[in-house]
Amino acid sequence: MAGNMMEKVPVREQDPKVRAANFEEVCLGYNEEEAVEESQRCLHCKNAKCIGGCPVNINIPEFIEAVKTRDFAKAYNVISESSSLPAVCGRVCPQETQCEGKCIRGIKGEPVSIGKLERFVADWAKENGIKPQGAPQKNGHRIAIIGAGPAGLTCAGDLAKLGYDVTIFEALHKAGGVLVYGIPEFRLPKDKVVEKEVENVRSLGVKIETNVIVGRSVTIEDLLTKEGFEAVFIGSGAGLPMFMGIPGEQAKGVFSANEFLTRNNLMKAYRDDYDTPIVCGKKVVVVGGGNVAMDAARTSLRLGAEVHIVYRRSEAELPARAEEVHHAKEEGIIFDLLTNPTEILADENDNVRGITCIRMELGEPDASGRRRPVPVEGSEFEIECDTVIMSLGTRPNPLISSTTYGLDVNRKLCIVAEEETGKTSLEGVYAGGDAVTGAATVILAMGAGKKAAAGIDAYIKAKEA
Amino acid sequence: MYKILEAKNLAGNIYEMIVEAPRVAARCMPGQFVIAKLDETAERIPLTITDYDREKGTIEIVFQPIGVSTTKYLDCKAGDSFEDFVGPLGRPSDLCEMSVEELKKLHIIFIAGGVGTAPVYPQAKWLHENGISCDVIIGAKTKDLVILEDKMSEVANVYVTTDDGSYGRSGMVTKCLEDLIAEGHSYDHCVAIGPMIMMKFCCLTTKKYGIKTIVSMNPIMVDGTGMCGACRLMVGDEVKFACVDGPEFDGHLVDFDLAMKRQTLYRTKEGEALLAYKEGKTHHGGCGECGGDR
Repeated sequence: MAGNMMEKVPVREQDPKVRAANFEEVCLGYNEEEAVEESQRCLHCKNAKCIGGCPVNINIPEFIEAVKTRDFAKAYNVISESSSLPAVCGRVCPQETQCEGKCIRGIKGEPVSIGKLERFVADWAKENGIKPQGAPQKNGHRIAIIGAGPAGLTCAGDLAKLGYDVTIFEALHKAGGVLVYGIPEFRLPKDKVVEKEVENVRSLGVKIETNVIVGRSVTIEDLLTKEGFEAVFIGSGAGLPMFMGIPGEQAKGVFSANEFLTRNNLMKAYRDDYDTPIVCGKKVVVVGGGNVAMDAARTSLRLGAEVHIVYRRSEAELPARAEEVHHAKEEGIIFDLLTNPTEILADENDNVRGITCIRMELGEPDASGRRRPVPVEGSEFEIECDTVIMSLGTRPNPLISSTTYGLDVNRKLCIVAEEETGKTSLEGVYAGGDAVTGAATVILAMGAGKKAAAGIDAYIKAKEA
Repeated sequence: MYKILEAKNLAGNIYEMIVEAPRVAARCMPGQFVIAKLDETAERIPLTITDYDREKGTIEIVFQPIGVSTTKYLDCKAGDSFEDFVGPLGRPSDLCEMSVEELKKLHIIFIAGGVGTAPVYPQAKWLHENGISCDVIIGAKTKDLVILEDKMSEVANVYVTTDDGSYGRSGMVTKCLEDLIAEGHSYDHCVAIGPMIMMKFCCLTTKKYGIKTIVSMNPIMVDGTGMCGACRLMVGDEVKFACVDGPEFDGHLVDFDLAMKRQTLYRTKEGEALLAYKEGKTHHGGCGECGGDR
């Protein structure tokens, strides 16, 4: 079947009407034939721009070449040289602004579906029991990693491959960080994908100790002096949710997206056999336009609500991945764009009964380069709702910075770390991911974890020399 | 796994457990708490630390079965385990951050209501160990619900009061405080821990007398590590998070009415779930408690 080389081989998805009522994965991924067909669209550019577009620099043309020849094991090995979590990245990376955004095919037609090919290869490896290859020999150096999210798992995986003895300390009861508490099952299956990826990192010899909250259960100083670790990587992730500071925000029925998603994803509140409750009304307004907002909106939809997304800029500025916005629309999420809340309305029992919004228009570009939204005077209107979910980003968690003497933070309280090595103001202490950048993406955190692993390796080697 | 070494009833529906948790026991300070999760499907429940033994690596917790998860704790006996047990969470008590010289200058009164007596004990004990004396009012509805009186008496001057007058003094804790002041006691630092409504009225009373008052807030929590934001409170004009900024706050700045409203958020869901757990999935409301018929 000689397909149209200008377009991607379409990927099979659950029907929008069906999936709007379940938590099963939306995208079904390529099968072997579809993957091989799509791999033939790769031009194998000599100076492959896609590699530079990938925060962990996967050798994309090489793995796609292996798919073309049906050597999927080789394709997996190529990917896992650079990435510890390919089944995750194939599903949640914003490929359109990274690898696929740089793809030469994309100039005239659609870029190669690199993300879907990566996902296929990673899933194939899991089904066929292929694990990443560990170090032939341990070097005896002990490294502590704080946080078992994307940054920590990547840093741990890379260091283990280099022969280090790595222990991850995780504050929650499950490893995975945002992959388990934040991203919903329908986008990233927990047992089938996240658990298996964590298992792969463990199979490299990495130990994971859950229920240890660094800053409280133990300090970084203790890890370095009493527990015998030679270096520490801080990948503690984003922290507390932000609110707008508008009237009515403390009413019953106003949640942070973090709380709503944690209840649903980490605590599995959507399942009858789990004890944690979740309250999701009949009409939900989600405030924000990022991936987290899309996740909260589509989760509410699946719990049976009519859902509006209220976002103050226009569609072009939505920070969410294109695929998530597309899926959300297909499922029937209503987008109220160029709209900003001014007040949350509550009834006599302090339950949410609506939200007052004002229309916005785009003015001059602001510091972020995006056009600044400006309120249109007198355009206030009400949306009736019983639940409001605030998805406005997060502030760094203060626990580590406030308990680690000498660790520099910036004005926004993010940990200061060198971009290329992850080095902080304290010797032997490295950091990366949301704890450094503020809320960003899984893949950027992985990129930072990877650089920090190289930074730590260089530090230990220099100390030995 | 975190092994339960002892499980017993303290009084009425108040229970105590001793749990093996070396990392928590090594670092915890008065004022802090833990989050426990019994098994895969259970909730994460914030629990009060009543006592700790750094050498044995054990933590004593006190709880009241309210929802499904804590009701399941009643079936736990010595030898069983919590799947997850994380801590210490929250900031240590303000008192423990002060110097002994500063503390010696203070006249400290603790007001402990019901289960709130449990988190007061480690603070009073810590003061005692540092050579500082304090007064403690233990309040309970009735005689059978007074807990930890003996242990507390070893470390502080204890005044028990019961709402129905069945034991000790008679009346609410606020009346007891006013009586003590009238009897000539003077205080310049109060720590009130108990039900939110009790803390609210303690604060109104202490404000009258100009006594600085610290309260320990116990709002709804999920992760307890500074991530989800469920435990937010209004303190002064600011949003604060009990899990990382608290649990102790200046009681005269806390918006208790708001905190109490927010605490009822999951009551219907929890009531339904508890009845489903106790009676099977046959309950369809009408009991007046669960709200399932509304």
